[in-house]
Amino acid sequence: MIEIKNLTKSFGNLLVWEDVNFTIEDGETTAVIGRSGCGKSVLLKHLNALLYPDAGEVLIDGENVFDLSYTALRKVRQRFGILFQGGALFDSISTFENVAFPLRYFTEQTEEEIEHNVHEALSMVNLENAAEKSTSELSGGMRKRVGLARAIILQPDYLLYDEPTSGLDPKTSDEINELIVTMGDNLDITSVVITHDMHSVLEVSDKVAFLDDQKLSWFGNTKDMKHSENQNLLDFIKASEYQIN
Amino acid sequence: MNTSFPGAAGLRQFGHYAQLLYQALRSSTELSTYRKNLFQEFVKVGYESIPIIFLVGIFTGAVLTLQTAYQLDTDIYPSTIIGSIVAQSIVIELAAVISALVLAGKVGARISTELGTMRVSEQIDALESMGFNSVSFLVVPRILAGILMFPVLYTTAAIFGIIGGVTAGALDGILPAAEFMEGARAFFFESDIIFGLIKSVVFGFVITSISCFKGYYAFGGAEGVGNATTQATVLSCIFVLLADFTLAAILL
Repeated sequence: MIEIKNLTKSFGNLLVWEDVNFTIEDGETTAVIGRSGCGKSVLLKHLNALLYPDAGEVLIDGENVFDLSYTALRKVRQRFGILFQGGALFDSISTFENVAFPLRYFTEQTEEEIEHNVHEALSMVNLENAAEKSTSELSGGMRKRVGLARAIILQPDYLLYDEPTSGLDPKTSDEINELIVTMGDNLDITSVVITHDMHSVLEVSDKVAFLDDQKLSWFGNTKDMKHSENQNLLDFIKASEYQIN
Repeated sequence: MNTSFPGAAGLRQFGHYAQLLYQALRSSTELSTYRKNLFQEFVKVGYESIPIIFLVGIFTGAVLTLQTAYQLDTDIYPSTIIGSIVAQSIVIELAAVISALVLAGKVGARISTELGTMRVSEQIDALESMGFNSVSFLVVPRILAGILMFPVLYTTAAIFGIIGGVTAGALDGILPAAEFMEGARAFFFESDIIFGLIKSVVFGFVITSISCFKGYYAFGGAEGVGNATTQATVLSCIFVLLADFTLAAILL
């Protein structure tokens, strides 16, 4: 369980958001939505202390990540997998080596075991035949899927997705959305999805956190969004040109 | 806190630089994290720089010989003095400094561009999020390679500088190789080589650490990486020259 308590962040004099509070329950997928520049990715990077807040706490199973020593924090970070916006693949090594990377450094697996696990992870994201490709040969959607394979290779407890469908065509976006659902169901992973794609939100998430006006403007079940009295949220949904049935 | 006084930005930068060096020093014990990268950096910093260092050495020695002969075009001095001046200038100063200025461009620019690109494309965040110590993984091997490989490159530049001097002297009819070497040996001091080696270690540290710092903290996309690389190269050259002067004042 991830508890976000009274979180406030600013860069210099620019307040990103303040006093953000919500809880991400185990096994659930929570979507964080909001306009571009509202600090969604900034919030994501607080969950495993890639960024530090001005005030507040992020508790992972009751432990505040901002109080941890660097050594302890690295262990907590290994419980997370992150799919970065552009994939963040290491471009000096092949697709196979990108996925194998955490296994080589954090496990004692033999070469045969690594090969088996990498191919298994790549097949989960439907990229069985891309193992020996250079990362520069991959399309945007493929890069995200390889990034996802790398994120799940150590079987994390939490999977964080930063704009997983941005810049992708609708069909590839659907494939990524299906993967997110599959990961949650098959691997029993707790997921956080940063997005402004309402289609993606409705496809994958159990809960929604809406960041607006430098605060958490709305938090609740995805299916309750249409009953919300939060006008900004309704406007946001409407602006996304998505009709909620 | 008032941070608007002149030099505040520079002080902040120095503070971040010192912090990065402290982190690098602390994580230098994690050999298993950076062992593989260290060997790659030995190759990139050392082996792959040998062709340019060969050229730098040869032409520095050759030009210095021709110019020294031109300046001493008189019967007052024996011709062997040309070998003495050229060899000692190369060993004490030129092999280390000219190599360092060239390597600030070749090695420093590569390091800052690599790390800067990794920063803006979130590859460094990806490393950290996996539980890696990115400073240990990326910064430590590059600085160590600079410290350990620059003396090798200095030695290479010095050897080829003297060979260049001997060759230019002989081909231009200024003095035979034997006379050049006689003059070089007459003023050869082991302490000069030690001084040159110390300089090369310091220059290796200055160039790689500044370049790592600028690349590691790059921001702002392609333009940010370009700015980081320019700053890394310019600052490396400036601090190489400052270090050169300081070491000369202290050690000579």
